[in-house]
Amino acid sequence: MSESHSDTPLLTVPLDALHRELGAKMVPFAGYAMPVQYPAGVLAEHLHTRSAAALFDVSHMGQAEIRGAKAVELLETLVPGDIQALGIGKTRYSVFTNDQGGILDDLMISKLADDHLFLVINAACKHADFAHLVKHLGGKVELRMIEDRSLLALQGPGAAVAMATLSPEAISMTFMTIAEITVAGIRVLATRSGYTGEDGWEISVANADAERLARAILGAPGVKPAGLGARDSLRLEAGLCLYGSDIDTTTTPVEASIAWIMSKRRKAEGGFPGAAVICKQLAEGAPRRRVGIQPDGKAPARAHTEITDEAGNRLGEICSGGFGPSAGGPVAMGYVPAAFAAIGTKLKLVVRGKAMDAHVCALPFVPHSYFKG
Amino acid sequence: MSSKRFTKDHEWIEVAGDIGTVGISDYAQHALGDVVFVEVPDAGREIAKGGEAAVVESVKAASEVYSPVSGVVTAGNAAIVDQPGLVNEAAEGAAWFFKLKLANPVELDDLMDQAAYDAYLKTLE
Repeated sequence: MSESHSDTPLLTVPLDALHRELGAKMVPFAGYAMPVQYPAGVLAEHLHTRSAAALFDVSHMGQAEIRGAKAVELLETLVPGDIQALGIGKTRYSVFTNDQGGILDDLMISKLADDHLFLVINAACKHADFAHLVKHLGGKVELRMIEDRSLLALQGPGAAVAMATLSPEAISMTFMTIAEITVAGIRVLATRSGYTGEDGWEISVANADAERLARAILGAPGVKPAGLGARDSLRLEAGLCLYGSDIDTTTTPVEASIAWIMSKRRKAEGGFPGAAVICKQLAEGAPRRRVGIQPDGKAPARAHTEITDEAGNRLGEICSGGFGPSAGGPVAMGYVPAAFAAIGTKLKLVVRGKAMDAHVCALPFVPHSYFKG
Repeated sequence: MSSKRFTKDHEWIEVAGDIGTVGISDYAQHALGDVVFVEVPDAGREIAKGGEAAVVESVKAASEVYSPVSGVVTAGNAAIVDQPGLVNEAAEGAAWFFKLKLANPVELDDLMDQAAYDAYLKTLE
């Protein structure tokens, strides 16, 4: 783990003392001291999340809200997602694009009312995202960065069993819905969502109540704490993008294979930054694609590993890769030219100077298991 | 009393006759976390002191294992290739990485004994 080279002291999350009490290894992440793992270790925390339930602190992530009669219409000028069609009480994954069609950040957008949207954005991008919102929407809608709330994620097939002991109303929620509910006697804003491929909730809670809520959830049956290390291997197995690794300003949603975030209407109408580039790629195909890559051997291929064709010609790079504890072996995602994106295409990965066999595979590596009602 | 000698990169070597057995220290396995992949050298490979000899990967990162001394590999440990997790359980025992025939035993004098290594670890805390 590299230390932060910044002179700025690390920010702490409201649960900092609890993490240390639980024996977490704290590391610098996006300017915050965050728990990368607890004494159980990344492997055990990952497997526990897939078999039972785990509590993650993701309070470093940004929370924001947009209010106003034109909130939906104006947010659509910055994202390619269909926010008009999003029902009240529903949550949707989207991205902020730039004029070149690149991705400024990925985010969750929830509609609390026609004039009230709730956003969850990445920690490392949150200040730039908010400045972007202010620049384009400032004065036309009410924008607020929510600094006084923490964000906890309860994830895993056992999440519903655990949640049932704390909040009967939570378990009637379905995947990608949002509701203001009471959990362990505490008022929270919860979405039935997450970023592990498992059932679960992400819970926005007042900082003052965060520790009480975390202790209540950790006290529910089957729940153990898990750190950002496990969160990363879980989302990789689930085929989900990590901003800065799998998507950034140089990748379009089409190249990143997340064009499904756009509805037919948005594809036809455009009206978001980079629409010309993105709609052209939708029509003609993108020059390169993010694909799942299965190394045939046992050696993990990490980010930036070179991908070549069978003759050794460079095709691109691995964007996320490592060992998948539930997959039981190496898993990776990378960008390859469109001609090499078909499932089953044979590739080589250059690991420590040696060309290792691999092939393009379907994502996710581990099937998603969401509660759709 | 352990006859192991250690490098600052946390490899150990234990010598019997002119054959040295090399592994990573318990401190190293703990720092790495869950080991999920290991690559060991084949018999017959010539390795220089400080040269890359093996690879050990945890969930989060890959690390090189350097040879504490020069020599020719006589065996790689297939057991840890099959069961990388053994490195976490027995780093300074059954989970050795490779054995080599020493080319220049005088190189052992550059390494730390157990007491010196323990003192070195204290400086890393």
